[in-house]
Amino acid sequence: MFGLDKKDTSLLIIVAALTMLAPFLLNPFPAESAMAQFNAGYPDLMQRFVIFGIFAIGFNILFGLTGYLSFGHAAFLGVGSYSAVWMFKLLSMNVVPAILLSVVVAGVFALLIGFVSLRRSGIYFSILTLAFAQMSFNLAYSVLTPITNGETGLQLTLNDPRVLGVSSTADGSIPVTNLFGAEMRATYELALGPWNFQFNTGYYLSAILMLLSFYLAIRIFRSPFGMMLRAVKSNQTRMNYTGLNSRPYALAAFVISGMYAGLAGGLMASMDPLAGAERMQWTASGEVVLMTILGGAGTLIGPVLGAGFIKYFENIFSKINESILHKWFAFMPDGLEDTLIALVYPFIGKGWHLTLGILFMLVVIFLPGGLVEGGQRIGRLFRRKKSDEKSDKSSQSTPAE
Amino acid sequence: MDAIILQILNGLDKGSAYALIALGLTLIFGTLGVVNFAHGALFMIGAFCAVTLSRILNLSFEIVDESRTDFLGNPLKFKTTYIETWLGPEMGGTIIEWAVPLAILFSIPIMIAIGFIMERGLIKHFYKRPHADQILVTFGLAIVLQEIIKYFYGANPIPTPAPSALTGSLDFGELLGFQANAVIYPYWRLVYFVFAALIIGGVFAFLQFTTFGMVVRAGMADRETVGLLGINIDRRFTIMFGIAAAVAGLAGVMYAPINSPNYHMGMDFLVLSFVVVVVGGMGSLPGAVLAGFLLGILESFASMNEVKSIFPGIDQIVIYLVAIIILLTRPRGLMGRKGVMED
Amino acid sequence: MGILEVKNVNKRFGGLQALGDVNLSVAENSCHAIIGPNGAGKSTLLNVLVGKLIPDTGSVMFDGQSVLGRKPYEINQMGISRVFQTPEIFGDLSVLENMMIPIFAKRDGSFRMHAIERSDQEKEVVEKAESLLEDLNMVDKRHFHSASMSRGDKRRLEIGMCLAQSPRLLLLDEPTAGMARADTNNTIDLLKQIKDERDITIAIIEHDMHVVFSLAERITVLAQGTPLVEDTPEKIKGHPKVREAYLGEAA
Repeated sequence: MFGLDKKDTSLLIIVAALTMLAPFLLNPFPAESAMAQFNAGYPDLMQRFVIFGIFAIGFNILFGLTGYLSFGHAAFLGVGSYSAVWMFKLLSMNVVPAILLSVVVAGVFALLIGFVSLRRSGIYFSILTLAFAQMSFNLAYSVLTPITNGETGLQLTLNDPRVLGVSSTADGSIPVTNLFGAEMRATYELALGPWNFQFNTGYYLSAILMLLSFYLAIRIFRSPFGMMLRAVKSNQTRMNYTGLNSRPYALAAFVISGMYAGLAGGLMASMDPLAGAERMQWTASGEVVLMTILGGAGTLIGPVLGAGFIKYFENIFSKINESILHKWFAFMPDGLEDTLIALVYPFIGKGWHLTLGILFMLVVIFLPGGLVEGGQRIGRLFRRKKSDEKSDKSSQSTPAE
Repeated sequence: MDAIILQILNGLDKGSAYALIALGLTLIFGTLGVVNFAHGALFMIGAFCAVTLSRILNLSFEIVDESRTDFLGNPLKFKTTYIETWLGPEMGGTIIEWAVPLAILFSIPIMIAIGFIMERGLIKHFYKRPHADQILVTFGLAIVLQEIIKYFYGANPIPTPAPSALTGSLDFGELLGFQANAVIYPYWRLVYFVFAALIIGGVFAFLQFTTFGMVVRAGMADRETVGLLGINIDRRFTIMFGIAAAVAGLAGVMYAPINSPNYHMGMDFLVLSFVVVVVGGMGSLPGAVLAGFLLGILESFASMNEVKSIFPGIDQIVIYLVAIIILLTRPRGLMGRKGVMED
Repeated sequence: MGILEVKNVNKRFGGLQALGDVNLSVAENSCHAIIGPNGAGKSTLLNVLVGKLIPDTGSVMFDGQSVLGRKPYEINQMGISRVFQTPEIFGDLSVLENMMIPIFAKRDGSFRMHAIERSDQEKEVVEKAESLLEDLNMVDKRHFHSASMSRGDKRRLEIGMCLAQSPRLLLLDEPTAGMARADTNNTIDLLKQIKDERDITIAIIEHDMHVVFSLAERITVLAQGTPLVEDTPEKIKGHPKVREAYLGEAA
């Protein structure tokens, strides 16, 4: 189906089903229960899952396929956000032109930066992209204030022209982002017994765009173009001596991944119409690196998993505080309880980044294929056990015969 | 003229920090071939060594003075530091006062130990892995180190003053015959510059005049050949890693009074230090020092109002701009050797 | 007039004269070997031929066009393929994919996004790659991870990838270096077969005299960056100057 083979089609269908049913799947605990804090099925967080999923899928097209490690991809995300907000200010609150513009502008920006940065490879490429991104961040923060509104960040006001829309609504407030009238923030709540599920328009728009991005990524991975990109990563010397100039391929991958980042930025602004320079900072670029590697660079599903994993734990893990820990460990004797809490506490709540850093290091050291490789290894372990059992049985039965 | 001298002086302290961090970075790259994204964290840990020592020295206990009472009639309570009790208020007070310079001694063993542990425990396993993996794992390590510091010291900057004897300023202008107050330079920054110059000189002398240094330099030039001579180059490189860590740490200790230490100062300096290393030339020690000072001074000139009025915002981007131009036109940097990491 | 004409090529590295007045003519559809002791300038000459080094003076013409100043991939597009001393293959890709890349390269470089194996155009490429692997007796290894094969198999694949481009000149840089005897003989047989079955010019740089004398039709002996003598293998064997150059190395 869709020009994919059976395995990829089923992967796509599984991912589609998971994203469409996410409001159910992410809210497995009744709203009033003690476990409700582990529910992730609220609009804001679900939007972040899929938007960062798009960002990471795009990054993976560059890093996973060509091996070029960019430390400046957040710049494209930031540019996308700014473009979208400007569209909301000048044109209308419809998200379609905003998202289109953010993709195009990010693509052009990526073309410029990529053209220059790809003249070098290896760590020089990383440092060049880092330098470009820091430059963009610093400029957005200072001189470009007329465009970016500097430290405060770009926001909508009641005085914006909005040629195709209204500057302010009838009751005098700023209009909200919408898709041909369907408000992004609109949420339908469904109460089923003790459960409470939320269906948000913005989430579904982002989810559909993520599925499209994911589909496109599969096509790229399985195409001759994708094979060329893997060839760039594998051996540039052989590539050159096969009559291929590797730069256009790497540049195409760079621009595509920049446009993915722009799409993510545009969506972010569509969900919440503001844009700040901090979205472009290199630590934000580092985050997408973490997501992609943690999930599994060079695999299809890895970046999506990584993005979901990091965003989930960032939001859920970091909410666990000391008193919650005390509740959990209450059944233990006091001394043991306190020691355990003292041991666990640095890694949760505000210490979540510490856990993330350690996890990331462990993955780079022991699991270069990320969570996906981890899953495969566990799967293989089980399969081997099963076959071991079978062979055990047969070897046991042999003497009996 | 006085304005130019002022800008050069202003560039020197930042330039000194850049040079010291870049020196360690390039030393590690040249000897071990590893790109260390955790090097900025070492600088940060150095600064927190100063914070820690000053906290230790300020540990205090309460004395209740029954002979005097406050206006409510309660006995007065005094906080006294242990060190003042042991060594007398004068001696103890001086020691507390001089916590930052004393932290130099305190930090050297700590930094060398951290360097050894890092190299033996982690980096060693990454010599043969691709540069991207080295970047990633040291990036992870940098996050871990800064989060640990954040856990213990909080997220806010911690002011760590220099000894009051060194907090004043020197009127350079008068010294050189300009108007009074035209070129004012804080003493501590002067101290920092001299200190940096001493350390840089020390590292160079060590590499130049000791047999150990000779072997390391030979190893930087051609690792295989040195290995063939039967010299255990790996152990020497471990020691070099410790030295690089100590240099970064010392740069951090002395920087504490200039910029109150916070947990992310390492990352802030790291990005710029990479730029410095690249501009100077990967693996070139003199290049790192030269580029460090040049870029520090350049940044300071770019922040002059006269320059900013012509090129608005240039102070924010000048270093990156220089790095991009250098990388594209002269990939081996100002003083890099031909053929070392050129593409 | 040969297909490859090297005229008065000089190259200095600092004080070292790596190549001094090299003149060389490789006839079309012949097998020409360049031999010489270590440091004779063989590798330098090869790097000049493929555009990696630019000589100080002189000219290198391939089929009437200068190769100097062109990038390696452009020279390859002119019809020169190179086999490296250590096999350069796409180690992360499967054997079949390795074989497909030169076919794509020959066609258009391919930015296309059809699913391979699912569109007719790409099927053609797969089939062609498989038939080439058949010729190399490697078709049963087509799904192997190429980096984990033996050196002999890697070499075989690399030569096959070069042939997939149907080049006019095949440059081989010590193709049997570091190989076991059996692998060396296999490689020689493969090259002989290529020579017999195809209209192709082969230039080979080699240390191993066994390889040289089983393949070459003409031999150029290089010493200290200068061609010493050029002749047929029979004449070279007994040539006093050659003996001197090699004995000199041994002493």
